[in-house]
Amino acid sequence: MRIAVLKFPGSNCDQDAYHALRDDLGIQADYVWQDETSLAGFDGVFVPGGFSYGDYLRCGAMASRSPVMDEVRRFAREGRPVIGACNGFQVLCESGILPGALLRNVHEKFVCQDVYLRAETRRSPWTEAVDRIVRIPIAHGEGRYVADAEAVKRLEDQDQIAFRYVNAVGELDQDSNVNGSTDAIAGVLNEQGNVLGLMPHPERASRAALGSTDGLTILKAFELVSA
Amino acid sequence: MPRVRVAVTLKPSLLDSAGRTVADSLTKLGFDELQGCRIGKIIDLDVESFDEARIKEMCDRLLANPVIEDYRIEGVIG
Repeated sequence: MRIAVLKFPGSNCDQDAYHALRDDLGIQADYVWQDETSLAGFDGVFVPGGFSYGDYLRCGAMASRSPVMDEVRRFAREGRPVIGACNGFQVLCESGILPGALLRNVHEKFVCQDVYLRAETRRSPWTEAVDRIVRIPIAHGEGRYVADAEAVKRLEDQDQIAFRYVNAVGELDQDSNVNGSTDAIAGVLNEQGNVLGLMPHPERASRAALGSTDGLTILKAFELVSA
Repeated sequence: MPRVRVAVTLKPSLLDSAGRTVADSLTKLGFDELQGCRIGKIIDLDVESFDEARIKEMCDRLLANPVIEDYRIEGVIG
């Protein structure tokens, strides 16, 4: 198992992802610059957070049109594990790999705090090991997930909602939905379930020194898929 | 060289939190007649010649995200 950690101009969570995978999970990971046209030799992809292209035009807009994304589309189609966290989620939505979009937080504030997440499905490797409410940090200004009613219904019907923002005991409430996302959606899957996009940062919750190891329950998918 | 203007706006069904914040501020300044405010983007494109189909392609492929935005090609402005 060898994971490509993508780098765009303005990525800033690429090293967090790299070290979480290599040092905390013991998975081989290597950086891949956005201009690469082949992901041959890789088995999965981590699209990291940050402010690719300075968030110009729309968050993730330019990054999602970079050459390497054709390969990410191929990985998505072929059922290989792909995760996008924070800006990575925005990139996956902008590229059309995941449905919906991320808009400015409803209160217009940048939020940097821990959140509690509830896995809403077990059918994906990304949620398979998440057997409890997990505590994972967020840090974003534009994380309000939106999709129209029809699209949300499709997400529900096809079991594509991966995570919702909840309180510490796993209940939905208004305060826990920190950015005003539609139906408190924190993360979504593609139809096959091999691609996850989420605003929280599992790579920042990968060892005790960071305050939580809950992120590993999500990142473990890379191991589950290869096993 | 013609300059073509494109206006990109958030779909009316979506909450424009930035527009709402600006509206709140205008109301505090005493503009009581204000009923709403929405913020969009103006994109000016300098092109060799105006070809509406090509501008539309630029909008569809990058400038606007059809999930959340509408766009309007306003034409040559200079």
